[in-house]
Amino acid sequence: MAKLRTRKHKVVLSRSTGGDFGINLFLVIMGAFMFLPMYYVIMQSLKPLDELWMFPPRFYVESPTLSNFSDLFTLMSDNYVPFSRYIFNTVFVSVTGTFGNLLLSSMAAYSLAKLKFPGRKFFFELVVKSLMFHQTVTAIANFLTMSTLHWLDSYLALIVPAFCTSMGLYLMKQFMDTGVSNEVLESARLDGANEFKTFWVIAMPMVKPAWLTLMIESFKNLWNSGNSIYIYSEQLKTFNYAINQIVTGGIARAGVGAASTVIMMIVPITVFVICQSNVIETMGSSGMKD
Amino acid sequence: MSNKTAVKRPTAKKDMTMAQWTWREMKKNKVAYVMIAPFMLLFFIFTVWPVILSIALSFTDFNMLEMPNLVWLDNYIRLFLDDDIFLLAAQNTLIFACITGPVSYIMALLIAWFINELGPKLRSVVTLIFYAPSISGSVYLVWQTLFSSDSYGWVNGTLINLGWIDDPILFFSDADYVMPLCIVVALWTSLGTAFLSFIAGLQNVPRHLYEAGAVDGVKNRWQEFWYITLPYMKPQLMFGAVLSITQSFGFGGIVTALCGFPSVEYAAHTIMHHLDDYGGQRYEMGYASAIAVILFVVMITANTLIKKGLSKIGQ
Repeated sequence: MAKLRTRKHKVVLSRSTGGDFGINLFLVIMGAFMFLPMYYVIMQSLKPLDELWMFPPRFYVESPTLSNFSDLFTLMSDNYVPFSRYIFNTVFVSVTGTFGNLLLSSMAAYSLAKLKFPGRKFFFELVVKSLMFHQTVTAIANFLTMSTLHWLDSYLALIVPAFCTSMGLYLMKQFMDTGVSNEVLESARLDGANEFKTFWVIAMPMVKPAWLTLMIESFKNLWNSGNSIYIYSEQLKTFNYAINQIVTGGIARAGVGAASTVIMMIVPITVFVICQSNVIETMGSSGMKD
Repeated sequence: MSNKTAVKRPTAKKDMTMAQWTWREMKKNKVAYVMIAPFMLLFFIFTVWPVILSIALSFTDFNMLEMPNLVWLDNYIRLFLDDDIFLLAAQNTLIFACITGPVSYIMALLIAWFINELGPKLRSVVTLIFYAPSISGSVYLVWQTLFSSDSYGWVNGTLINLGWIDDPILFFSDADYVMPLCIVVALWTSLGTAFLSFIAGLQNVPRHLYEAGAVDGVKNRWQEFWYITLPYMKPQLMFGAVLSITQSFGFGGIVTALCGFPSVEYAAHTIMHHLDDYGGQRYEMGYASAIAVILFVVMITANTLIKKGLSKIGQ
């Protein structure tokens, strides 16, 4: 029992120095692999023209400038489709899609997790199965559906499918299973609250981490969605698509491309940083049984 | 069931047939169906129906203009016997998936495990560093800048500066480099939801288990990981596996953005590109559906096999 008394000490969990060193080395190398490209984009976006075309290329910037960002906004204004339109499209699609997804998924998740109705196992099994294939499989058939509904080339084609992500429902359901106590729901029902009210007023506040996670997940997907086969008009394309055009469009726009990439990545990263602890908490219940 | 006590309506499950019981429960839970209806309606239209429709269309020659004709297995025969590019695409997809899937899975698990031993503040910073590439949209295009085909690309610039090469290598238009580069970039963006799920799973393992393990003779961290941590976080391992597999088949967008479409000598042409080519550009919907069905079958099979394998952990 001598070991237990040294509980605060590393000895209990038997950590070897060599192992610690190896692990930290691995983390540093992998961290550099992940971080340096991100860092390079930020540096590129701050480089003035002469530093962008300096040989050999550098990983740091000597006289940082915001001129790439201002160039980006100038470029925006005299484009055939104003750049603000791309941004509007992305923001509009992301925000409406995310809220629709939040509402529909959590309502369905509440129903699956807390109401015992025949068929719930079947529905949930379907959703779990659908996690197993990538959306590219459904793209062709959805194209036909959209064309039947006359939704091609409209916001609807981007927004409505985002309302029913299997991932959203899955995460909400798993979290509600453990995160909402049945006793509280029961007492709300005894007080005469109907099921919708119980869901909205009692259950939803209890699963705040889960819906924050769902919002990030959904927002991230929509925000990052690029060229879609459902959209032809330049006016309806997203910011991400426009950035791809700029970055691949030619070397003359290297700085501007980096600047727009930075704008593009700042938003989801900020959202994640704000909600990080909630996300981790939600993921704790994300596990899948066999 | 002959009903002798006719006055009393059956209330217990054993007094009713299965259908009666189900019907009663359904009526009692009307509101549950109302709540799930909007989601399920859209889910059927955009996820379930497409699978059914694809399977049906894959036996036809539908092209959006004429009425479809039933051609039985012609599309599949054409795919496997007559379409060299499809075979190449299938090969590339398998290579891609077999590398990115397992590597990203193991990478996510190891990094999550290592991060778990850091203090809370440092841990959230490090988590962000690893997670950021997967949420930052088209930031992976920076790899195009790093590996750009002139001497201003960082890799070429450095190599020239060191005197290892004289002329810049055309990374993204050289069939030898395209595939490995795309795999590296895909791995770079792959630490997503599965990674977060692992981090959370590791935090959930009760600490007293480790202490008990130390008393019971667990010698080092690897044994601890194998005998205590992994069995405990099996549900997360399952979930992560499903996500990694699905993800590993969906990196087509990155390839197109980096190498253009079609990639040089079809060196990074995957099934997703083939699908897009026939469905989104040539409107040969029957043929494209056959491709989609094959992709669907491959993904479901891979997932089922892996889930079976993982369920053996700790048994």
